Amino acid sequence: MSGVDPAETFRQEAQELLDQLEHALLDLEHSPGDAELIDSAFRALHTIKGSGAMFGYERAAGFTHHVENAFDRVRKGDVAPTRELISLALIAKDHIRLLIETPENVASDDETEATILRDLDVVMRPGAAPAPGAAGLEPEPRSWRIQFRLPAGAMASGTNPLLLLDELRGLGNATIVAQTGAIPELEELDPAECYIGWDVVLSTTESRDMIEQVFMFIMDDMDLSIMPIASGAGTDRLGEILVDRGDVAREAVDAALMAQQQESRTDRVGLTVKPERLGALLVKSGAVTEEGVASALAEQQHVRTEARATRTVDSIRVPAERLDELMERVGELVIAQSRLKEIVARSTDPLVQSVAEEIERLALELRDTTMNVRMVPIGSLFSRFRRLIHDLSRDLGKEVALKTVGEETELDKTVIERLNDPLVHLIRNSIDHGLEQPDDRAAAGKSRQGQITLTAQHAGGEVLVMIDDDGRGLDRERIRARAEEQGLVVAGAKLSDSDLFGVLFEPGFSTAREVTSVSGRGVGMDVVKRTIQALRGTIDIASTPGAGTRITLRLPLTLAIIDGLLVRIGQGRYVIPLSAVEECVELGADDDKRSRGRSFLNIRGELVPFLRLREMFKVTTPPDRFQKVVIVSSGDMRVGMVVDQVIGDHQTVIKSLSKLHADVRTFSGATILGDGTVALILDVMHLVSFGQELEKQLKIAG
Amino acid sequence: MSMTQIIERQSNGITRIGVPEAGAPAIEVLTVRSHDEIFALEIKYVREILDLIPITEVPGSQPFVNGLINVRGKVVPLADLRLKFGMEQTPPSIDARIVVVEIDRDGVPTTIGIRADKVYEVTELAAATLEETPRIGMRWRREFIRCIGKRGSDFIIVLDLERIFLGDAEAEHERV
Repeated sequence: MSGVDPAETFRQEAQELLDQLEHALLDLEHSPGDAELIDSAFRALHTIKGSGAMFGYERAAGFTHHVENAFDRVRKGDVAPTRELISLALIAKDHIRLLIETPENVASDDETEATILRDLDVVMRPGAAPAPGAAGLEPEPRSWRIQFRLPAGAMASGTNPLLLLDELRGLGNATIVAQTGAIPELEELDPAECYIGWDVVLSTTESRDMIEQVFMFIMDDMDLSIMPIASGAGTDRLGEILVDRGDVAREAVDAALMAQQQESRTDRVGLTVKPERLGALLVKSGAVTEEGVASALAEQQHVRTEARATRTVDSIRVPAERLDELMERVGELVIAQSRLKEIVARSTDPLVQSVAEEIERLALELRDTTMNVRMVPIGSLFSRFRRLIHDLSRDLGKEVALKTVGEETELDKTVIERLNDPLVHLIRNSIDHGLEQPDDRAAAGKSRQGQITLTAQHAGGEVLVMIDDDGRGLDRERIRARAEEQGLVVAGAKLSDSDLFGVLFEPGFSTAREVTSVSGRGVGMDVVKRTIQALRGTIDIASTPGAGTRITLRLPLTLAIIDGLLVRIGQGRYVIPLSAVEECVELGADDDKRSRGRSFLNIRGELVPFLRLREMFKVTTPPDRFQKVVIVSSGDMRVGMVVDQVIGDHQTVIKSLSKLHADVRTFSGATILGDGTVALILDVMHLVSFGQELEKQLKIAG
Repeated sequence: MSMTQIIERQSNGITRIGVPEAGAPAIEVLTVRSHDEIFALEIKYVREILDLIPITEVPGSQPFVNGLINVRGKVVPLADLRLKFGMEQTPPSIDARIVVVEIDRDGVPTTIGIRADKVYEVTELAAATLEETPRIGMRWRREFIRCIGKRGSDFIIVLDLERIFLGDAEAEHERV
């Protein structure tokens, strides 16, 4: 793909850097002494400033400079990273983001900007205020070419060139080449004089001023040239370097190159004779000294190494839609492979079979790899909430600590993205409604600081995400009263916790006495539930009065492909997600008869309710003689499903049902079988709760 | 609406869908038979016509969209207009086809298969002959009919597919 906008690249990079900055700042709040965090914040600021200026974000760069200055002083230990400074830096971070993303929306005499700078100034006192107008003057991390020769008599006056070189090395990565061309014959040599000159290639983030400072005491008399080394395509050619250094005229290089080419042309006639290298040719023609070439070669080496170092990255950016496309192709491949498998099963040719097996293996590996590519650790999502909690605790005057567990748990990228909004909402609720004010907490014998815990963990084919608070817990009475008031619940009805808490997800339901800026409008929980359901997930609430509330989200690992168990019911074939299947047992004739009234199965001493899918689906064909029961589970609930036949495992590419079938809850999607027909995927979670419901009713009935 | 239609008030108070006098544009339709009625589907919706392929039943769905088919790797719902219009369902004959249409449903392009007992032809109905649906003498719900075209001595009902497959699935459910 060509035409990548460099400014866009910068914006993306800045995004990451700002995130890094935010992390560092929030961490710093808890461990103010961590030098690494301070460095991390400083580096992020520094890079934003540097590349910002490079890509024309002068204002962002100028503003960032002030914040960077502050952190430079923190880094040097002049100023402590106080809470105020961190809060201020977070606000400044947001402002930088604005300046980068929508600079046109920020007026040139923006209030916030002035306020931030003023506050920053205050926070940084005592101590000198940052030098005004120094914005954006500091140059980029880049390579410099330094050539110097000490003035006559410098050694006698106490200048040690080795110390100078050491100092240069201290500034950054340096390659040093000595120029010995001026050393006289032995009898003319004065041992107190320094005849050697040095060419130094230095890659440093320090400014030119810093380099010049090295030579501060001798600069006036010496030969010193400090030149930035040009970067860009082709600039690392030896010829270019020599010309750039002024060692040789461009014409001489061109002539030498021409000669080199001519030579290689005659080479083609003869045997392989390597053409003489450009450097050697130039030396031969007397255009440049051997030393000059050696120095230029050293520079070339240095620049190339530097370039390689910056080029070494361990990740690449891929637009998400390309990943989606890839997933789609893999899905098609998997379907085609299922077809192949079915056809090959009828063949007896061992060769065909071995190839088919090979393809099956490859297709499955490709599927897994592709899905892995889409997997993102949930930590990237969790860390976004730290800022949210920081701000909320400030706004609401509550002290909140966030604990995260299982950040490495991986989920499909799409799932993670769509989880953001529901989680923001749930966390807000937990802090606003769940946690008490510090004084109330103290009175209740709890620590003043409330705790929010975000947990992610694998559970079978699902991921559980839990939001815990150690607050006051849900007020059952009040929820009930409000629910009855709003007609959501019949007055006096006996309700289980899950039924009662279920009303929280009803549109418009809110128990908050007053609407705060954070929550209480009764908008949202229904949206949260819908979003989670759209992800084929569920949401549960558990609460202990006085001790806290736990909200559990159950989410599928992926939205794209699952392992399925193919079953037959009547004429139709259906897929049950294999991750939910616990076991398959035969429905004995005795069980069958006995269970006419009550549909329970004794599985190793445990009663499991079962559903006759034939009846649910109104199948009219006669049932198979030996019906099977597939036991599936969701959470800690189990239910059996009676099917006519268990066919086997099936790679299931999930295709969602169209909106026309939005009212069908029994199925979570459809897939295409090997023979090209469509099979429906049973929604286990729905069926299990349906089965449990049935069981309850039967229990009540007798 | 793809063509420029001018709705003018006639003196008798009936709204007419008319066209500018010069170069009356025609509406291109595909004519199909559903039970004993001939319907026209606007060609702009039609993507392809398939032979009868294996149909997967969706238990518990609205009867008129109770099938799923595989249209080149895509799972597509299959609708039976006969049920929408309260017609008799006869077993498919050798002429039975599936017309795949793509309509805009709440801003989302949605592919749907429609059962047809027979597919006739692609033809043009002169727009000038498009008359407003009469209020009486109509066996079917008026809102599903876009207009009635006349070809020779035959009346042809042009279906309003977007209306037929309009959201509000629950309301449909109750009615059917």
